[in-house]
Amino acid sequence: MDKKFTINVDGRDHTITADPAMPLLYALRNELGKKGPRFGCGLAQCGTCTVIQDGVAIRSCVMPIAAATGKIRTLDGLGTPENPHPVQKAFIAEEAGQCEYCISGWIMTTVAMLEENPDRSDEEIRAGLEGLKCRCATQMSILRAVKRAAEVMK
Amino acid sequence: MNIRSEQISISRRDLLKGTAALVVTVSVPGAVQPASANTVTGHMTRLLDPTVLDTWLAISRDGRVTGYWGKMDMGQGVDTAIAQIIAEELDVHVDNVDIIFGDSGTCVDQGGASGSTGVRNSGVAFQAAAAEARLVLLEKASAQLDVPLDQLTVSDGVVHAMSDPEKSVSYAELVGDQLLNASIEWNGKFGNSLSLSGRAKPKDPADYRVVGTSVPRKDIAGKILATTDFLHDLKLPGMLHGRMVRPKVAGARVRNVNKESVSDIPNVKVVVENDFVGVVAPNEWDAIKAAKQLEVNWDESNAGFPTTSEELFSWIRNATPAHSDVEHDEGDVAAGLEGAARTISAEFEWPFQSHARMAPAASVADVRDGEATIWTDSQKPWDSGTGAARLMAEPVGDRRPGRPLYKVRSIWMPGPGSYGRSDAGDGAMDAAVLSDAVGAPVRLQWMRHEGHAWDPKGPASVITCRAGIDDSGKVFAYHYHIKGFSRRDQNSRENGPAEVLAGHLLGHENTPEWVMSRPAESYGFPNKRYSWDALAPLRTQASPLRTAHFRDPYGPEVHFAAESFIDEMALATETDPLEFRLNVVTDERDAAVLRAAAELAEWEPRTRPRRKRDSSGNFIGTGIAYAQRNGSVNAVVAEVEVNAKTSRVWVRRMWVGSDHGLIVNPFTLERTIEGNLMQATSRTLFEEVKFDHKMVTTDDWNSYPILESVDAPLEIRITHINRPELGPRGAGEPTTRVMPGAIANAFFDATGVRLRRVPFTPERVKEALQAS
Repeated sequence: MDKKFTINVDGRDHTITADPAMPLLYALRNELGKKGPRFGCGLAQCGTCTVIQDGVAIRSCVMPIAAATGKIRTLDGLGTPENPHPVQKAFIAEEAGQCEYCISGWIMTTVAMLEENPDRSDEEIRAGLEGLKCRCATQMSILRAVKRAAEVMK
Repeated sequence: MNIRSEQISISRRDLLKGTAALVVTVSVPGAVQPASANTVTGHMTRLLDPTVLDTWLAISRDGRVTGYWGKMDMGQGVDTAIAQIIAEELDVHVDNVDIIFGDSGTCVDQGGASGSTGVRNSGVAFQAAAAEARLVLLEKASAQLDVPLDQLTVSDGVVHAMSDPEKSVSYAELVGDQLLNASIEWNGKFGNSLSLSGRAKPKDPADYRVVGTSVPRKDIAGKILATTDFLHDLKLPGMLHGRMVRPKVAGARVRNVNKESVSDIPNVKVVVENDFVGVVAPNEWDAIKAAKQLEVNWDESNAGFPTTSEELFSWIRNATPAHSDVEHDEGDVAAGLEGAARTISAEFEWPFQSHARMAPAASVADVRDGEATIWTDSQKPWDSGTGAARLMAEPVGDRRPGRPLYKVRSIWMPGPGSYGRSDAGDGAMDAAVLSDAVGAPVRLQWMRHEGHAWDPKGPASVITCRAGIDDSGKVFAYHYHIKGFSRRDQNSRENGPAEVLAGHLLGHENTPEWVMSRPAESYGFPNKRYSWDALAPLRTQASPLRTAHFRDPYGPEVHFAAESFIDEMALATETDPLEFRLNVVTDERDAAVLRAAAELAEWEPRTRPRRKRDSSGNFIGTGIAYAQRNGSVNAVVAEVEVNAKTSRVWVRRMWVGSDHGLIVNPFTLERTIEGNLMQATSRTLFEEVKFDHKMVTTDDWNSYPILESVDAPLEIRITHINRPELGPRGAGEPTTRVMPGAIANAFFDATGVRLRRVPFTPERVKEALQAS
């Protein structure tokens, strides 16, 4: 049975009527028109759908909308073309990624990780990004971008 | 079959990407592209005729240049490279060049993304077109300024007299928003082999100012700022969401479908035709639920596979070939092996592998009233259009009636990376069938299990290598033989109903092609034979194991075996592997990349495995491999660490000697090479499609793991050898094939154990180390 939910995304409240079991991802994309979080697996195995809830990177493809009670941030709300987030700036400068389908997951995971603590070793950065998939296999450029962003955010 | 072209209605055009473009296209069986079709772009009417210069280039009133490109960029910056080539020849600033591509309505089919030919072939065509356009513009300027042609020059799109810079006219003033009205010579071919030539001579590479520089990728910022629309963001009025319903046993047929089983989900429509089963609903989540819930009674007799992934390689060894051939035969290998002082031999095994794109197939199709628009992320959108047109039109026995050919426009939008004939082509056809059935635009999305289990696969094979060594310790006979599945159970172009899953399900007969592969190198053994046996597919119709081109088709498989075996020859002849290669390669470019990679790696000669250990007791080793590919040649040295406790193989460093001919953009070339090396590393270390007698069982990322950030090397270093005189030779694939052999050879140097079966998983490594 559909129910009404109010979710807070990129600083705004939105009221959505949906099946409580529907994953947050479908609300973000179909109801709110967000482009950043994307469907990759629906199984929390690839990270393409990653958004930040209350400072923590989560997989919106498996989180029921009923559980999305915190403040949600998506790539769409992260920065603007005039004022990109430091992580976006670094990803652009390094031309990180290739097809960029998965890039929202990498950026949002990086944002959550570096906002918590930007002072991380190479190994900690690699471990912090574990579980994210990139089929174009562009981890080298992504890692360079994350390190570049970390330097700026320190 | 005649080529027809007609305009599609204005009302539909506003829905199309780039609303300024009204366009037309046609899809015709057997033919790839209409000879002419009227298209209106911006303020001018263009003809889609390859012999007309305006088909390729347009100059607007504000001085911007647009190139209409018939190939694709899948994220490697190829469109940026094309913009550089156009800017170079036209003498305009590269920031003023826009590239439109992937739209069958505005761009002539140059083959889509295919065979690393983006820059190699279409770049050269645009070089000719842009040079010709510059000449045409200079002629117009000469008349207008009353200055002889040879006394004019161009800077940043402004033509001026050499003697008097004040005497000038800009391209925009000359032809802005108007047609160039000039022709260019066309070789009469569409696809990869399309070429153009004009009266104008392209620039001497010595004068290049834009080509050879690291212009940033044009697409990157919009994608990172979430302002670019991907295919998945497209929403049309009245659009419905579609999902497919697949059987649990490969090749199971539909007995009946209980449509009532989803009647509790609002507005769901069930689409069933022959063995094609899908659901459509206004709400995406409802479509997902309905696809799971729909009760289908499947007939599983005659379904499944005759073998399993566990028994695959003995099955391949024992199978009767469907077709055999010899691709290279030099000297007398049989006599050479017979008369050898000693012979060595080895067998190498490579499993089926999955494209496994970041997202499974998706497409939006609007099929109505004899017209269709297909939005796809396929790397061959022209073929998607032709395929959809034929799928709608062609009959199946007396069950599915034939219909007049549909007018189809196919438009590419960005999607997950594509590395050959992935599931994208299948998704576009599923969307078309669903839309046709319900009479509304349908956005089709496969689920993850389909992306892994039902996408086309890279083929499995067993490769046998034998060498004869003479009394003096020289290899003088070499026989390479590959036995495995064809790399094209279905064509790499989704341009017909037999080439796509939906076509099979509707009842069109698949007709496999027999295509294998051989090593590409310049080894000068006096007796050398490359032969193959191709096997019939394990299932012909609607098979989850149907093969199709997967990045560098058969390249990594073939060169894993061939380059491992070269090291085995080196060992048998007590020669350092680098020295062995340098002794027998006959092409100086090959020797140059080998030396370049070895120099970066500070290669230490060895005639037996060194079995080095680091302070933690892990095995460390380096290995080299090299290969040619269609005019490019690369060598790589890999350094691996084999963990003594976990048996994990980690490629810590990669050093590359790279020769891709002319370098157009060093920065994007470097990233393209990195992606090749890393994806090939993933395929070597992690990837194997598993299946039982019923179905592919590796149907998600847990069962089909790929390389992750923790597996990335510490360093990749590349020495680029630029060869402007050769022109661009293509970089999308050539460094994929060198990686597996280098890793295997490094593993041998580290441990003294030869791995001959991919992937090198910890379980298999442990087994191999214990057996030694």
